[in-house]
Amino acid sequence: MTNREQLYKEELNSYYLNRNLWSGVLFGMGLIAFFDEAVFHQLLHWHHFYDRSTPGIGLVADGLFHAFSWFATVWSLFILAELRSKKVFWSKRWWAGVLVGVGAFQLYDGVIQHKIMRIHQIRYGVDILPYDLAWNISAGIILAIGLYLTARTKKGWEEMRGIAANEG
Amino acid sequence: MKVSHWGHGGFTFTELIIQLVALLGIGLYVGAAVISSRHGRFRPWPRHRYICWILGMVCVTITIIGPIAHRAHSDFTFHMIGHLLLGMLAPLLLVFSAPITLLLRTVRVNTARRISRLLKMSYFRWITDPVAASLLNVGGLWLLYTTDLYQMMHHHLFLHILVHVHVFLAGYVFTASMIYIDPTPHRTSFVYRSTVYVLALAAHEILSKYIYAHPPNGVPSLQAEMGGMWMYYGGDLIDVMIIVVMFYQWYQSRRSLIRSRAKGQLVREG
Repeated sequence: MTNREQLYKEELNSYYLNRNLWSGVLFGMGLIAFFDEAVFHQLLHWHHFYDRSTPGIGLVADGLFHAFSWFATVWSLFILAELRSKKVFWSKRWWAGVLVGVGAFQLYDGVIQHKIMRIHQIRYGVDILPYDLAWNISAGIILAIGLYLTARTKKGWEEMRGIAANEG
Repeated sequence: MKVSHWGHGGFTFTELIIQLVALLGIGLYVGAAVISSRHGRFRPWPRHRYICWILGMVCVTITIIGPIAHRAHSDFTFHMIGHLLLGMLAPLLLVFSAPITLLLRTVRVNTARRISRLLKMSYFRWITDPVAASLLNVGGLWLLYTTDLYQMMHHHLFLHILVHVHVFLAGYVFTASMIYIDPTPHRTSFVYRSTVYVLALAAHEILSKYIYAHPPNGVPSLQAEMGGMWMYYGGDLIDVMIIVVMFYQWYQSRRSLIRSRAKGQLVREG
């Protein structure tokens, strides 16, 4: 039996299967929030720290989301440490979670924060439509790949569990 | 007396007193740690705790006297840097240095019992609840920067001292309500603490953007922008340290839980 089959069979129950995914999702959200701040705010100066025209609800939602994603990054890495110490870390499942986290965050940022709450725009002083399209379509593609990998790892896991159960 | 009269030329009498108090604080801590370490009953006091205490005292001192403190009276950016040191970094360092643990193991047993009875009082349960501590800490900051309190503080010495003492104490109680280094009789669950923590952090971030756009009375807008950004990013930096410690403690408690479960199983199976 290969290592991976053993992993499916013995240690990796459904609880840890989901924890692998959630650790990835939280890490993806934290990662992309950090990337957004570093690249668009600080390097390119496309976004503003705060553009003064944001409605109150946007400011509150932004603050909550920032606080949560900051918290989630650390959280996800401690879950990862726990998974590794129990030898139930499955990197493919974890990366599926990262892509779901990144895609979902970008889509939320692009649709709800930029367009509905109007917290800020991607860039100022240019025709915004191509930027919005590029942003949201790329977010959708990342999310779709993440969801596909999530489904595939789940299926692979179920098959392996089935084989293991029959053998047992 | 106007507060801005402080700190012109050499050391004033006030500055000298503050330096002596800080040195006394460091001396008392180091003395207590060295003496209690000589007792056979206790393990030697860890070296990192000495360092944390000394750095914490230095952080407090440089927000009261010296160049940062001096410029803080006229420049909001420096005021904010001072507040990051006094209300966030110094409390974190001092919580790490476990002063209550040191106190309890240095004094006589009867006195230690009396102190721990005191700490078990319902007042401390109330004040070290994460919600109350967050309201005192971040709520106090909202009050300071969105009302005239900030401007008034610079004209009344008593108010100035009161605000700074509050900022420090509230920061300490807030940090101690989230991470448990010293003996904490009234503990709350990890989920409760982390939920309150995220909300408090969000309130802090919202306030810093609010300050960026709406300068407190008497603050030029450029200084408010710089101060707001210091508060946002500087706050993030110190907050992430608290988050790491919170999760480290969570991780350790889970590991020991699993270990004790595994042991229980062995006993049963054996």
